[in-house]
Amino acid sequence: MKDFGFAIEKPRALDTDKTNRELYTRLLKREPSFARCFQCGMCSATCSARNFTDYNIRRIHTLFRQGQTQELDQMLKACMLCGKCTLVCPRGVNLRHLIIQMRKLLNND
Amino acid sequence: MIQKITLTPFNSFVIPFMAGVLFLLVVCIWKYIRWIRLFNEEQRAVLRKNWISWNIFPAIWEMLREGLLHIRIFKRNVVLGIMHQAYALGWFLLIVAGAMESMSAVRHLNSDNSPEFASELISQGNWIAYSKTDTPATDILQNNPENVKIHYKRPLHLAIFYRYFLHSNSPQFKNAKFYANLMDALLLYVFLGLTLAVIKIFRSRLMGMRNTTRHTIIDRFSKMSLWCIFPLRFLAESVTASLYGNGGFWTLSLAKLFDPVIVEGMEMSLWLFYSIMLTIFFVTMPFTRYMHIFTELFLIYFRKIGMTECNAKSGYSMFELNACSRCGICIDGCPLNRDVNGHKVQAVYLIRSIRMKERASVIRTMSTDCLMCGQCSIACPVQIDIASLRKIQRNKGAIDTRGNYSYLHGMRSPFNAMGRVAYFGGCMSHLTPGITTAMEQIFNAAGIKYWHMDHHATICCGRPLEQQGFFNQAAELREKNKRLLEESGAEMLVTSCPICYQSFTKEYKLDIPVMHHTVFIDKLISEGRLTVRHGQAKTAYHDPCELGRGMGIYNEPRRVLEAVSNPQTVKLERENSICCGFNLGNTVLGINDQTKIRNAAIENLTESGAETIATACPMCKKAFLHNTKQPVRDIAELVAENIILEN
Ligand code: SF4
Ligand code: SF4
Ligand code: SF4
Ligand code: SF4
Ligand code: SF4
Repeated sequence: MKDFGFAIEKPRALDTDKTNRELYTRLLKREPSFARCFQCGMCSATCSARNFTDYNIRRIHTLFRQGQTQELDQMLKACMLCGKCTLVCPRGVNLRHLIIQMRKLLNND
Repeated sequence: MIQKITLTPFNSFVIPFMAGVLFLLVVCIWKYIRWIRLFNEEQRAVLRKNWISWNIFPAIWEMLREGLLHIRIFKRNVVLGIMHQAYALGWFLLIVAGAMESMSAVRHLNSDNSPEFASELISQGNWIAYSKTDTPATDILQNNPENVKIHYKRPLHLAIFYRYFLHSNSPQFKNAKFYANLMDALLLYVFLGLTLAVIKIFRSRLMGMRNTTRHTIIDRFSKMSLWCIFPLRFLAESVTASLYGNGGFWTLSLAKLFDPVIVEGMEMSLWLFYSIMLTIFFVTMPFTRYMHIFTELFLIYFRKIGMTECNAKSGYSMFELNACSRCGICIDGCPLNRDVNGHKVQAVYLIRSIRMKERASVIRTMSTDCLMCGQCSIACPVQIDIASLRKIQRNKGAIDTRGNYSYLHGMRSPFNAMGRVAYFGGCMSHLTPGITTAMEQIFNAAGIKYWHMDHHATICCGRPLEQQGFFNQAAELREKNKRLLEESGAEMLVTSCPICYQSFTKEYKLDIPVMHHTVFIDKLISEGRLTVRHGQAKTAYHDPCELGRGMGIYNEPRRVLEAVSNPQTVKLERENSICCGFNLGNTVLGINDQTKIRNAAIENLTESGAETIATACPMCKKAFLHNTKQPVRDIAELVAENIILEN
């Protein structure tokens, strides 16, 4: 069957009382335009890496927002920094900088 | 029996000067040796292989051209050129002529061997006489003037303080007056530079500069000493001239205004001040922008024998950093200065903060904020490789690990690509599909068998990562694309994105030729393989940074555009074209700043009344599209519209 790059996700429960927003707050300081994101998914739809694999930049920043950051660094390494996401974002989020800063925060920099 | 005596000029005011020269020499040699030891393996190999080669001659020529004549600055602005040239060439000639003057004078004195002259010099108190024997030199001179051989010494400071030590010359020295006038003329020349430099502080626009560098305290201090050197020399020489009547036309004319009785007491102190100013300049020089004076010459030599900047700070970077004269020529063209205020990222400031080891966070901001549009590199008269220096700094702040590109392992090139032209649209052209469609039409119309290697998905060329200092990840992507191309057996690569074009040309080292589509189309038209009709649209061509300044491609796109439309003249074009603001070299600037730069670029393009904006880069097209009344078309699209199909 043709793989369209979309799949049904397993149901997951998230305890919002326990989410750690510290990294997200720091990220917002470094790239304030992120606050404008309304999770439309345009970035993921156009993503160059997404054309090859299930790498999903919108999902990554949702996970980041929720403090579920364990695997994100490894995921983000799939980005080619090509900049298409930044260009299509209807909210003017500076995604390339966001990606670089996410990796920095995840590496304690 | 002939007795020998030796005379040497001395006055205590030469001590600071000599100390300054010695200090400068020691520090410079120490620094240069240290930097050469910091060369990395590649640079050492170049040095070992080419240190003596034919390239030395072009190197010497460039040293004269750029170190003394400053031709590149002249081409930019004549008055600015005169200013820089007057300083460099004027001072250099002053030193050369001064050395020749003192050499001839001493040679003639030696051949004269006149005891009267020697006694007079000694009585003035500025020449010390000594002999090898026990009898003091003065006694020898008095008691036995016929049988004495006088040897005049010529220490370094004689040329510098010449008129103080020699009030008159040997009658045999016929050229003495000529030299005196020549020295005055050269001093006048340096004064011209000095005057222009003072004017530049208040009216830099006269020299074609809207902005000048904001210098640090130590730089200003050093500049003040430099500015004092020549007026003090002039004053000191004039006072001496009013006392003894030596000197050239200019000093004598000032000397006439002085009353010898009044100025007599000032003579010593003026020469002393002159010496102290020289000393201050020499001592501060290695730590200020004036270190560029000698360093630039070394840099030219190393560059000519084939050395380049590498991925990490090396000895060569040290030469580059120190060769910057902080002339500030790189400031004006920078879009972040012209169209968006408040970004101090320009080469001059970046280089200064790296050299002066400012705080890491300061350097990091400076290196990342910039667009990498290359405007400063083109402007720099020293041709410092600013982009590489910036990349090295960005790399320091980047998490430069390996990527996670296992998803690319399965990529294979198709079996039928053999012998075809590989076409690489680039990531961005997926956002501007008109370009790739147009290119496919062009290939078909010209009957060229092609392989659209990123029709469905693009493996990025890696340059966006490279520019941000992620060297490892970029290399991995390059490896993938390179393997695909090599496996395919394609004969040639055509790209639509100038960023990819630059990357494939400079960073990939492929065995097959690489062309940007504008060059390729130009070739097709000139070879008669593609026939186009001349459309009526008035177009304005936007030179993409990466294609123009990056790769030096200016003429081919213009020729193609001329074949299919009516190109209008654009005010800032070719090297001076304004970046579209969305250059991938930058990640930090937000949408607001980018928009300001883009609008400046659009205004520049549409001023001439063009009906269509023509570009040659998917990124630029995407940046302009829907933000201007005029339609925005890639050159490929304009060509595809106007193809005349035979039969
Ligand atoms: S395109 Fe922009 S707004 Fe939409 S999800 Fe991505 S970042 Fe958010
Ligand atoms: S920059 Fe990264 S996340 Fe954005 S589109 Fe390109 S590959 Fe995807
Ligand atoms: S980088 Fe070049 S243009 Fe800029 S100040 Fe230095 S020497 Fe001048
Ligand atoms: S590359 Fe462009 S934006 Fe960056 S400093 Fe130079 S001129 Fe300014
Ligand atoms: S240079 Fe730009 S358009 Fe070309 S492949 Fe890389 S990101 Fe894509």
